[in-house]
Amino acid sequence: MNSLDLLPPTASTYASQLNYFFWVMVTICGIVATGIALFIIYCAIKYHRRSPTELPPQSFGNIKAEATWTVVPLIIFLGMFGWGAKTYFDAEQPPPETLNIWVLGKQWMWEIQHPNGTREINTLHIPIYTPVRLTMISEDVIHDFFVPAFRIKQDVLPMRYMTIWFNATRPGKYHLFCAEYCGAKHSGMIGWVYAMNPNDYQVWLGQGGGEGSLAATGQKLFLNSGCANCHRPSGHGPGPSLERLYGTPVTLATGAVRIADESYIRECILGKKGGPVAGFTAIMPNYSGRLSEKQIIALVSYIKAIGPETDLNQPSSSGNTRRDYSSQPGIAAPGSTSISGTIPESR
Amino acid sequence: MIATAKIEAVEAPNYLTEKHGIKSWLLTIDHKRIALLYIFGITGFFVIGGVAALLMRLELLTPATDLVDPETYNKLFTAHGIVMVFFFLVPSIPTTLGNFLIPLMIGAKDLALPKLNLASWYVYMAGGAITLYAIASGGVDTGWTFYTPFSTVYSTTHVAAAAIGIFLVGFSSIMTGLNFIVTIHQLRAPGMTWFRMPLFLWSHYATSVVMILGTPVLAVTLLMVLVERVFGVGIFSPELGGDPVLFQHMFWFYSHPAVYIMILPSMGVVSELIAAFSRKAVFGYVFVAFSSIAIAVLGFLVWGHHMFVAGESVYSAMAFSILSYTVGVPSAIKVFNWSATLYKGSIAWETPLIYAIGFIGLFTIGGLTGLFVAALGIDVHVTDTYFVIAHFHYIMVGGAVMGYLGGLHYWWPKISGRMYPEALAKAAALIVFLGFNLTFFPQFVLGWLGMPRRYAAYPPEWQFLNIISTAGATILGVGYALPLVYLTWSWKYGPRAGANPWRATGLEWQVPSPPPTHNFEVTPIVTHKAYDYAGMKEQLGLG
Repeated sequence: MNSLDLLPPTASTYASQLNYFFWVMVTICGIVATGIALFIIYCAIKYHRRSPTELPPQSFGNIKAEATWTVVPLIIFLGMFGWGAKTYFDAEQPPPETLNIWVLGKQWMWEIQHPNGTREINTLHIPIYTPVRLTMISEDVIHDFFVPAFRIKQDVLPMRYMTIWFNATRPGKYHLFCAEYCGAKHSGMIGWVYAMNPNDYQVWLGQGGGEGSLAATGQKLFLNSGCANCHRPSGHGPGPSLERLYGTPVTLATGAVRIADESYIRECILGKKGGPVAGFTAIMPNYSGRLSEKQIIALVSYIKAIGPETDLNQPSSSGNTRRDYSSQPGIAAPGSTSISGTIPESR
Repeated sequence: MIATAKIEAVEAPNYLTEKHGIKSWLLTIDHKRIALLYIFGITGFFVIGGVAALLMRLELLTPATDLVDPETYNKLFTAHGIVMVFFFLVPSIPTTLGNFLIPLMIGAKDLALPKLNLASWYVYMAGGAITLYAIASGGVDTGWTFYTPFSTVYSTTHVAAAAIGIFLVGFSSIMTGLNFIVTIHQLRAPGMTWFRMPLFLWSHYATSVVMILGTPVLAVTLLMVLVERVFGVGIFSPELGGDPVLFQHMFWFYSHPAVYIMILPSMGVVSELIAAFSRKAVFGYVFVAFSSIAIAVLGFLVWGHHMFVAGESVYSAMAFSILSYTVGVPSAIKVFNWSATLYKGSIAWETPLIYAIGFIGLFTIGGLTGLFVAALGIDVHVTDTYFVIAHFHYIMVGGAVMGYLGGLHYWWPKISGRMYPEALAKAAALIVFLGFNLTFFPQFVLGWLGMPRRYAAYPPEWQFLNIISTAGATILGVGYALPLVYLTWSWKYGPRAGANPWRATGLEWQVPSPPPTHNFEVTPIVTHKAYDYAGMKEQLGLG
């Protein structure tokens, strides 16, 4: 039996914020629970029945008391809601500059792909003090990427990219779990997250690779799968040019406007985006079933790589265009990807 | 009870003695006998679900999978969840105590639709038989939540049979709810106005509304699971063009209100127990009554809080979070009013009160931890961990089962005509309370540490807390087994109970124990409010 730990490690900027909120909640609820318990015990002893026929004085209610214990809890609850929602909302959007890593969940393993082509299974190496964004997809059932030390959790759905981000603050080895029941070996779909000093991470990254970066793999696929025949860089082919596309708004023939993010590009490849781009005809063959999720990831990486430099890491997951990242507190401004002012908490 | 011998001498036939033979039970349309049929049914399922839980806890004694393999473990927690939720908790109080007491409490001879009542038991048993077949013939490994596309495409176990069983049992729920609503509207005795009704009836009315509005959605959802699984029609599986999250919306649209189906009747029981054993009217009757209705209504608006990590947009997550907090308000109102009822009461520490106080304690902890999981930021960390397991067991087991056992002891003299052994029953109640907390409190810590639910194996550093939890479960098992033994014993050998052993108000205490088949010889005329101890003091021999 190992040492008895009653608290999880706190190893990300978000984890520190959440701890504070959590312990305030524990304190408030602890006081309320103790108060109710003491009151009931007091009544039980003080007003113990003295004779079997005892008839206590009757009281039927008190409107002031009712109003008090309706309104006061409501106010406290709204406060809790507000704090919980703010914590969540602030942490929802990653800063503009993130290290982007791909995660593929499948029964029963995690496959991680770093942009330089390094692959790992059931481990995730990341640098500390760097916002890391994971773009995740499942090849079969619903999984869930859960790192308790970072207090992050996100369902990983089939046929849909989900993203999650964190900023690790303490080097160490932390549990990675699948938190959504996914079949026979669900409890074996586990791994480790290694949070490393950025220099160590670069050294580690240098040892992997071999097959070339994801974008390079994607470029080969782009040429070999016939994409390049229509999607010519000049824009004079039967399909729109994909250069400088990533992260920009695209108007579809239906009039809908989408941001060309990972999800959008994936839907284009699989013929699921809902009609052609405005000014083009729907002649593109459907690659659904012909490309693996891994190949699609490579293609998306390639198209990202030929996108506009400035929007290279435009984060978005759902095509929602109304995000404003700059005004959110607690999130690093563009360019300041390193220390965001949070000191690792000691516990 | 001094007059026991005399009572025996002039004993008229009651609902138990009027007719004999197996046929008189299987074809009965007496609500009291049907309640007993249901008690047999749900007790059987409780034992099955309990054994599955005990095996799970034994497996979790050690971090590795050694007692059972992971596949078996998955089937165990699925069996535990399905059996306990659909075949024990949802029907528990309404079909037993509700069935037995609603006509008695409103001064009626039976429920409005006695044949429908019997039919509901047969549908329940048929659904149960099919589900048991699914479990016994190899099991189901989807969890009681049947998440897609695992349940519709990937699982190779008996999903279809289990879904059919649950689909069926849902109809027994609908029949019961419908019957209660009609009965409470139509069969109240003269003078039994809505605001003279015992709070048990208000909570059952609220429960019935949730049953008839929510259960059809579950039926439709399971039907769609079947259609996709058996015929390959794409609804939920993205490979077939469906949406797996759609399933979660539909499933929780029923399954969150289902929690209120489990807890509201228990709250009704607790109101009765607190009133009887402090010999006072429930403080703030109207507020307690309407808080039941509020819980039933708001309960339908919070399902999305099960899906904060399932790709819900930030704004809908916020809406579901704030709505979840609003459900906390009527729950808090109840707890405060029960506590206020005890103040300056005449408090008798009988077994049912111990269960009622236990209910308040466990429900309060369950409710307060509900505030944690309703908070968006915290929920992301604790959802799908043991924190959530502990939270909902405090509500559904700590709450609903404490209420059920408390009610069963309180009305046992009425049901059986016999008293249970008080000292043993008190000991059992304390064992249940202790065992429950020992089982589930460590799970809050495990959940905050990050232990995911539905794990057959876990990291070794969490073994100590798991050992405590398993030890607690063993104690809890003993606590649950004791009433099974001594209540069975008392059925035959317990001392005779008079009509009103607790000197309680309520029409059910004005008829003999056990009541005659048609409950009331003459339709009673109600002139008192519920819990009018002062007004009925001569009648009750008080003061």
